[in-house]
Amino acid sequence: MPEAPDGPRILSFPRHADAAPPRPALEAVRVTRGRRAVLDGLTLRLPGAGVTALMGPNGAGKSLTLRVLAGLIRPETGAVRRTPRETALVFQRPVLLRRSVAGNLDHALRAAGLARRVRRERTEELLALGGLEALQSRPARALSGGEAQRLALVRALAGRPRLLLLDEPTASLDPRATAAIESIVARCAAEGVEVVLVTHDRGQAARLADRVAFLHQGRVAEAGSAARILRHPSSEAAVAYLEGRLLI
Amino acid sequence: MAGFGDAFAQAAGLALGLDGELLGIVGLSLAVSLSATALACLVGLPLGALLAVTRFPGRSAAVAVLNALMGLPPVVVGLSVYLLVSASGPLGPLRLLYTPAAMILAQAILVTPIVAALTRETVAALDAEYDEYLRTLDAGPLFRVGTLLWDGRFALTTAALAGLGRALAEVGAVMIVGGNIAHSTRVMTTAIALETSKGELAMALALGAILVTLSLAVTAAVTGVRLRAEAAAHA
Repeated sequence: MPEAPDGPRILSFPRHADAAPPRPALEAVRVTRGRRAVLDGLTLRLPGAGVTALMGPNGAGKSLTLRVLAGLIRPETGAVRRTPRETALVFQRPVLLRRSVAGNLDHALRAAGLARRVRRERTEELLALGGLEALQSRPARALSGGEAQRLALVRALAGRPRLLLLDEPTASLDPRATAAIESIVARCAAEGVEVVLVTHDRGQAARLADRVAFLHQGRVAEAGSAARILRHPSSEAAVAYLEGRLLI
Repeated sequence: MAGFGDAFAQAAGLALGLDGELLGIVGLSLAVSLSATALACLVGLPLGALLAVTRFPGRSAAVAVLNALMGLPPVVVGLSVYLLVSASGPLGPLRLLYTPAAMILAQAILVTPIVAALTRETVAALDAEYDEYLRTLDAGPLFRVGTLLWDGRFALTTAALAGLGRALAEVGAVMIVGGNIAHSTRVMTTAIALETSKGELAMALALGAILVTLSLAVTAAVTGVRLRAEAAAHA
């Protein structure tokens, strides 16, 4: 796991509760769309730290799994273990408010119940963390794709999450913007924020993830250390996917 | 034609010479319509926002009624408010009939559905866009409504200005409940109607020109607000 470099810390002020919550997990979760089970008895137990990459073909249920973990979708059957106020989700296409960059951060900090003075300090920290100081007064919706995703990512950290869910945060970003996002994700993990990252990028999974869960047809086909699964996958679906064969 | 020409010349003289009576009428018009619009915003903004974000049985019917109320006939509103504030009405003891207060009430009733319906549309569109993000914050409904109203502020300003335009141009309701009393409840629209019926075209034309100018100013303000929002990428 990477060490946190110098600079503003992700979790620079105390949490409300210091006691470690139970590890987030999905147990035999089922979600259907029409007659089709898009999550079909999916079980995913998170280790409580580090970066877990969710990989798999389109339609495997990766983004849906994040939404269930975030509490946005309630499964029809199965159990979800999560801590609502300590879970943050960053969408593939960031939803930015019609406010300035700093205004977006302040809004998230206000939602977290922080006082004005603390919000000002924390906004400065988050701006520095995202490399957005020079853009703080700019309307958030006028940012470039990479800047917008950096803002969405540091805004998600405003509420001091223990669990950070990232839905393809670098999709359609250039290498420089991708590196900036990955650097923040690595710092999150180094400072104790557990990260679940949906990605199609094998290289990204290798750079960031400690664990990989490979999803196929609404189930976890295989889960384990990133080093093993990326080099020697055992499930037929993961082998086909990682070899670049079309999985239908 | 010479008569019309004279009337235009006199109208220009009244308007440019800042005639006292004319200024009094314009001032009262603005006071009544701005107050009515403020009152309508006070009720219409939260009402429209709540209709946009809450789900309850009969909501679609409520939205349909609200949209239908945007076309309320002013004379019917005037008659209703007249019955409400007349001596034998429930608000009779307040002695509001033939006062600017009654005119404000009538115009507010006309404008509120406009503000509420436009607010509902704006907030509903924003709510659809922000929904998942706001849910991840686990914030309460008041925080949600506050966020949506603030972020929709430019579009909502447009709604308020549309309401002001409607109030300024309205004549039927204020005629009934205000009585068009000189120096008391005479506003631009009722004065134009009266002066025209008397054949006093100069005053009617001067007031008409000012009313059109104000309407254009409101439209220009609406356009300006929208363009500014778009330029700032807030829209």
